[in-house]
Amino acid sequence: MQHEYENSRMTTSAVLQVIMDIRSDDDIIITNQGSSREWPKLCEHPLDFHFMPSAMGAAIPLGLGLAIARPEREVIVISGDGSLLMNLGCLVTVTGSGATNISIVLLDNGVYAVTGCQKTAATEDVDYAGIARAAGFGNVSQFIDFSDWQYRVADSLRMAGPRFIWLRVKPEHHELPRGMLQPITERLRQFQDSLERTGRRVGE
Amino acid sequence: MHPIFTGSEINSALIELGVSHVVWLPDSALGLWEESFESSSKLQLVRICREGEAWAVAAGLKIGGKSPIVVIQTTGLFESGDTMRNVLYDLNLPIFAIVGARSWLVEDSNDSAKIFTQSNLRGWGVSYQIIANKKDKPKLAEHYRHCARTVKPGIVLVAESAS
Repeated sequence: MQHEYENSRMTTSAVLQVIMDIRSDDDIIITNQGSSREWPKLCEHPLDFHFMPSAMGAAIPLGLGLAIARPEREVIVISGDGSLLMNLGCLVTVTGSGATNISIVLLDNGVYAVTGCQKTAATEDVDYAGIARAAGFGNVSQFIDFSDWQYRVADSLRMAGPRFIWLRVKPEHHELPRGMLQPITERLRQFQDSLERTGRRVGE
Repeated sequence: MHPIFTGSEINSALIELGVSHVVWLPDSALGLWEESFESSSKLQLVRICREGEAWAVAAGLKIGGKSPIVVIQTTGLFESGDTMRNVLYDLNLPIFAIVGARSWLVEDSNDSAKIFTQSNLRGWGVSYQIIANKKDKPKLAEHYRHCARTVKPGIVLVAESAS
């Protein structure tokens, strides 16, 4: 049963649209699980990598690898709370790596949306911002209000990295973007081609 | 000292192979290589918190154009299952790993980490070689180059005593 406050929360697609509107053409966006089902319905960009199928909890470390490999680019990883809970240690891996060109955007809906919105083990008291700070993230923001998110998103993504952004979103089922995505190996090849084709050198 | 490769030897071997990043979570035997990796001017060490992460970090590095290698113990290999599956078979990325084979040098060991290693690797269908003594050391470069040439993932098991 949904609580009243859950119904008033931001929707995933609205939250993603805000990121889309301000992302730079050189930014790498990594989606997975619920976000990889919604983002392709909203936009198509050569530096989007929809990590689907993925291993749960693997999107942030994969994004970290890309951030280390490509320090001239900003990497924005959009993860769900269920995925993060499977691999909380990855936040320490991120801060320990020294990479500063990575942002973790946590879409916290409190459920495993992809499998039918069963609740995660987390209670409402779990403080992901506190967890991120304790893991060493210097810049952490949190949003429950859509207009606040719209107003502060640019600042949140431009602060010194690594950054952690916690968004409380509505629990909702996300339909697969059927027919919109090629097989992952083909998408990966295209993504790598785009990465090379649009490559910049540090300082440019 | 590591029973088979010294830190200096493994560092030189990986540089010779063109490895750029070592993504690792060491055990007590592999850990003896840390100083050499840390002081290497050509290898970048990436520390992870759980072995499954290693494959995903290495995947990101590989996608980004680098040449990472994963260095973990057999227990970490077991932990890695889902991410390794995803990276090697869904993403089809030819990641190579050095896996410290716990208890390999202990004759008649009942260590389950030793007992299940090869059956697991066969189950995953990952091509592997065993470096059981110093004479086997060339297998590292041979297997790495074979996997690179065939664009396949690969593993070398490096024998260890109990740890």
